[in-house]
Amino acid sequence: MQSLLILVPLVCLMLFNLPWKRGVGQAVSFGAGLAFLAAQAAAALWAMLSGGEPFADPLAGFLVFKTSADGLTWVMLLTIAVVAASSLAVSRAAFTDEKDRFYFANLLFVSVIGMNGAALSGDLFTLYVFFEAASVASFILIAFRRGMAGLEGAFKYLVMSTVATVLMLTGVGFFMLAGAGTSFAEVRAACLQSAHPEFARVGGLAFMAGLFIKGGMVPFHGWLPDAYGTAPGPVSVLLAGIVTKATGVYGLIRLTGSVLPMMPEVQTLLMTLGIVSIYAGALAAIGQSDYKRMLAYSSISQVGYIVLALGCRTPLALAGAVFHLLNHAVFKSLLFSNAAAVESRLGHNDMNRMGGLQAQMPWSSLSAVIGLLSTAGIPPLGGFWSKVIILLALWQAGFHAAAVLALAASLLTLAYFLSMQRRVFFAKGTETGSAVTEAGAAYLWPQLALAGLTAAIGIGFPFVYRFLLTPIQQLLW
Amino acid sequence: MTVDLILLGLLVLAALWAVLSVRLMMSVIGLAAVSVAVSLLMFRLDAPYAAMFELSVCAGLISVIFFVAISFTKRLTAEDIRTHRKERLRKTVWLPFLLAGLAILLVARLKSPGFAPAPDPGGDVRTLLWGGRHLDLIGQIVTLLAGAFGVVVLFKEKNR
Repeated sequence: MQSLLILVPLVCLMLFNLPWKRGVGQAVSFGAGLAFLAAQAAAALWAMLSGGEPFADPLAGFLVFKTSADGLTWVMLLTIAVVAASSLAVSRAAFTDEKDRFYFANLLFVSVIGMNGAALSGDLFTLYVFFEAASVASFILIAFRRGMAGLEGAFKYLVMSTVATVLMLTGVGFFMLAGAGTSFAEVRAACLQSAHPEFARVGGLAFMAGLFIKGGMVPFHGWLPDAYGTAPGPVSVLLAGIVTKATGVYGLIRLTGSVLPMMPEVQTLLMTLGIVSIYAGALAAIGQSDYKRMLAYSSISQVGYIVLALGCRTPLALAGAVFHLLNHAVFKSLLFSNAAAVESRLGHNDMNRMGGLQAQMPWSSLSAVIGLLSTAGIPPLGGFWSKVIILLALWQAGFHAAAVLALAASLLTLAYFLSMQRRVFFAKGTETGSAVTEAGAAYLWPQLALAGLTAAIGIGFPFVYRFLLTPIQQLLW
Repeated sequence: MTVDLILLGLLVLAALWAVLSVRLMMSVIGLAAVSVAVSLLMFRLDAPYAAMFELSVCAGLISVIFFVAISFTKRLTAEDIRTHRKERLRKTVWLPFLLAGLAILLVARLKSPGFAPAPDPGGDVRTLLWGGRHLDLIGQIVTLLAGAFGVVVLFKEKNR
């Protein structure tokens, strides 16, 4: 079944763009996209609950390529489907021109194929190839409206992403020099048994440096606020919700969790970068007046928690990292959908010119509250549990100072989000009593669904732990 | 070995030329020279198909596309060229030293007495690189599709 998750969207993409009469491709792209993403989410859920694929691959006998999947793959596929579906739904309202909607749906499909391919890959070079597919789609999506700000954001992402590409290819070169292939198992073996394990380890570090850039870690984060802040609403949802995670953070989880062996220097590097990202992102978020840029800096801070957990390198920490990736994808997509809704009503993202939207946009306000509480780690929402697991893993492994620092940073998160909520919705301001109305259904439904999901993940935590996190803990070697 | 080292040296020089040139045309020529050097190295490494592909597509076709695109841009004035050249040299003066340092480190390691070449995994290099890498080809097709959509989306105003 795994190959269908790459081939079906690819075939759909080609069918949409055949010269049909009366724009049939345009008409069906939205519905077909949602249907495919719903099927992908259902398949991933089924695989998690049953501990295997829902059905055998019908094309297995015909295909020449091989994919691989484990517990982490299914979590990624589920997350990709949820966020991409939200982004597609928001695009329905954000783009008024039918052609723009169609182009967006096409590029979203390209991005989904890139992310699915990366999640289903068992090889570092293949991982890199699919990362590139998703990244090229992202450059275009950021510049989608062709404004100066969007083009600048896309250009910065392009330049930084190219540097990441060079580093990852250098890493692949070193893996080959070590005499190994580039599959996860071969690189793992080369690190331990090769005549030149140092080449495999240098290759691992170079690949990791590329992933730091792709994931927007401090100090490689320069491109991220511009890219998230200037992109159209649905693109921000897609980029912040999943693309940077599926390209950068997922690669880091694979590399550190199941490819590279335990190296104390790497652990120290990851923990330091994690703590620095948590605080640098949070402090920068406090100073922002642009809603989307504030959320972008918040993303840097939250990804810091994931990297911190990877540095801890225990089975529980790995599970916490993956769980926080899932939670962050859900609540950050929710908050960016919220920002898109507010922007659609006011025409800008300046929080200093907002205020008083609570009365006019009560549902958007409610979903923002749920998103911010989950981000800050308030029980019983999903974000609370993933942070608790990370803190617990750090404490158990003896990294007490890191645990305390990570806990204290949650207060900073709460501070900047409460400030956001007050400036946008609660406090009296420019928009108090104005004629602004609640965002339309296409904006509201994704927000409410994601808010419900983050609450459901929190309340259903025992099930999540059993079916999602327990298999992940076995992946660490 | 000597020929390979000369080709590698030329490759680095051409790459530096491509990066440091102020005029885009010169950069494209530098890039084409890199492809030619890579192609010759591939021939010497018994990879004639890869070499032919590198020569025809990277050195040929892509350079032509660059030249066409550059022909639509405005020419720099002599004053602009002088300013940019100074600025670029100041910013990238460390680059050759870094590259030379890395190359020396790598060669020193490869030539060290305890270093034994990695065992030959067996099989033709084409089989090794492409025989088991069909999934990568799908990734590349998708990347090309993304590029095609990029042209449609970012240049659509001209079409209207």
